Amino acid sequence: MTMILSGSKIARAFGALALTAGLALGGQSAQAAETAHGPKVEMQSWSFAGPFGRFDKGQLQRGYKVYKEVCAACHSMNLLAYRNLADAGGPGFTMDQAKALAAEIKVKDGPNDAGEMFERNGRTSDRFPAPFANDEAARAAFGGALPPDLSLIGKNRAAHRGGLSFMADPFTLYAEAGPDYVFNLMTGYVDAPAGTTCDGALQYNQSFISGSCIAMPNPLSEGMVTYDDGTKGTVEQYARDVSAFLMWAAEPKLEARKSTGLKVILFLVVLAGLLYLSKRKIWSNVAH
Amino acid sequence: MSGHSTYTPSNGFTRWIDERLPIIRLSYDSFVAYPTPRNLNYWWTFGGILSMMLAVQLITGIVLVMHYTPNTAMAFTSVEHIMRDVNWGWLLRYMHANGASMFFIAVYIHILRGMYYGSYKAPREILWILGVVIFLLMMATAFMGYVLPWGQMSFWGATVITNLFSAIPVIGDPIVIWLWGGFSVDNPTLNRFFSLHYLLPFVIAAVVVLHVWALHVVGQNNPAGVEVKSEQDTVAFTPYATLKDAFGMAVFLVFFAWFLFYTPNYMGHPDNYIPANPMVTPAHIVPEWYFLPFYAILRSVPDKLGGVIAMFGSIAVLFVLPWLDTSKVKSGRYRPLFKQFFWLLVIAGLGLGYLGSQPAEGGYVIASRILTAWYFFHFLVILPVLGLIEKPKPVPESITADVLAKNAAH
Repeated sequence: MTMILSGSKIARAFGALALTAGLALGGQSAQAAETAHGPKVEMQSWSFAGPFGRFDKGQLQRGYKVYKEVCAACHSMNLLAYRNLADAGGPGFTMDQAKALAAEIKVKDGPNDAGEMFERNGRTSDRFPAPFANDEAARAAFGGALPPDLSLIGKNRAAHRGGLSFMADPFTLYAEAGPDYVFNLMTGYVDAPAGTTCDGALQYNQSFISGSCIAMPNPLSEGMVTYDDGTKGTVEQYARDVSAFLMWAAEPKLEARKSTGLKVILFLVVLAGLLYLSKRKIWSNVAH
Repeated sequence: MSGHSTYTPSNGFTRWIDERLPIIRLSYDSFVAYPTPRNLNYWWTFGGILSMMLAVQLITGIVLVMHYTPNTAMAFTSVEHIMRDVNWGWLLRYMHANGASMFFIAVYIHILRGMYYGSYKAPREILWILGVVIFLLMMATAFMGYVLPWGQMSFWGATVITNLFSAIPVIGDPIVIWLWGGFSVDNPTLNRFFSLHYLLPFVIAAVVVLHVWALHVVGQNNPAGVEVKSEQDTVAFTPYATLKDAFGMAVFLVFFAWFLFYTPNYMGHPDNYIPANPMVTPAHIVPEWYFLPFYAILRSVPDKLGGVIAMFGSIAVLFVLPWLDTSKVKSGRYRPLFKQFFWLLVIAGLGLGYLGSQPAEGGYVIASRILTAWYFFHFLVILPVLGLIEKPKPVPESITADVLAKNAAH
């Protein structure tokens, strides 16, 4: 035994290590602060958030109308079919309503007995119609920019919040980054700050995650969609409703998931409690 | 197996079986009569939890394959078909995806438990090495599984990781082309990854059998780190360990269910809900969270080959851990200095995990280098030296003595 290290020496040594690593990271955040601010994405309150969250059917129906009358002009939604509108846990349309909505479109089908393609009325098994035949056609129409498919936009966009905020999410169960982003993007068309200019057809958007300028022109304006339930048609209302609708489109089984989860977790907690009591009883005669 | 078999067939039928294939005897000796140290704490329930997670992954995986299509044109939509149209498909897929994360959480706890209590030391070296083999197989399986949905992170993750092999001098590029089955990550890559993703879990199951076999030959380590000396040091596996494990599993399932039902995409990356597009590179390519510490080590070395060597070296070093630790005392409980270094290593690992998720630039790289150096320093310098200079606290005479001393203190 030549030497015995004391605990305090180790603590000091590690303190120095942590400090060095910390300084390195500190330099990093100072660097980040010099560059532009991240997108401005403020958290919203959603009916479908949290363990007991459920979609607001009225909101989903309004959101569908905004999607259909505004978004669908440029964006596809390939994973959704009209039958989904009448699915449990969805916007709550009846099957007849879904049929009527499907019948509004014409679908190219075939070939028939004579080997010819033909046009027919839409059925509930048909997918939502895409505005362009393919991505290339869409790009050609928008100067090279491709309007993304909206089927999963509620789950495939999340603004980077930075820091260690992600560590709180499993406790707060924050899982609404997608709709928060869509809402902020829809309402994020503000005047560009001094010194920021956007080229050509691009527009400034304070919430866009891939830079400050976005190819999509501001899609919403007050009164452009008339709601059937009399809700006032403001930009914020449209943005909120369509964001909720897009979340449902991305996660149509959300309600089944959350309600199943409650039952499963209650069952498991009771099971764990019983197992603990049994274990304690069994081990009561053994010192351990 | 320690000790002789105490199984006695209870009737003519079981006696008939026992004389031909003593499988009931094997099960009885392994899971009923098997003596288990009486002082095991709840960290020892993770072996059972891992067996359960392997079963969960196998069962959900086999059913998912009934609905999945391994083709670049259809893989993504077939996963969405599972999520939307297959009965309880969302549950199967979320259970499988989150199950992988839970599997890794459990295995990291299991590995750290082994490290803290010196479970790798003689006579458990082969048991430990088999465990590291399982860990490696898990990593390969998880990596290939993440490629199957064919989202953006699937594709680009596969591209980055397979490209690592191109760092090998001379034969690197041919190896990468061989892995891909072509000149880029494409349909042949997806098909072979699918095939191997289905195969490897069964290889894992086989190595788990060896792992359990080795465990049952040498017996379990325990928090005191002293070997079983008499029968009173142990209790029968059933009902004692069985019930304790069952309770541990139930609590772990609550934790699993919390993520599975309430925030199932937390541990995934949003970009993987965007179909793979070879023409668009994501802003940041990051692997699944359980690979992040190794990814940080990879990126901390400025040279590509050096980074690959460091990354594989960080796991290779685990194989020789039994011979790097020179201390005669197993349990960290009686090693005042080792205990502190153990927690430093845990912190370094968590730090590397965080850094692996950040862009490889500026201070992040410097911090990664410091922590990578610390990781290797821990295994290659601290552990060998510590055994020579550390003065351990007195180790209890036996498991029973330890238990009685603990209870007397209460």
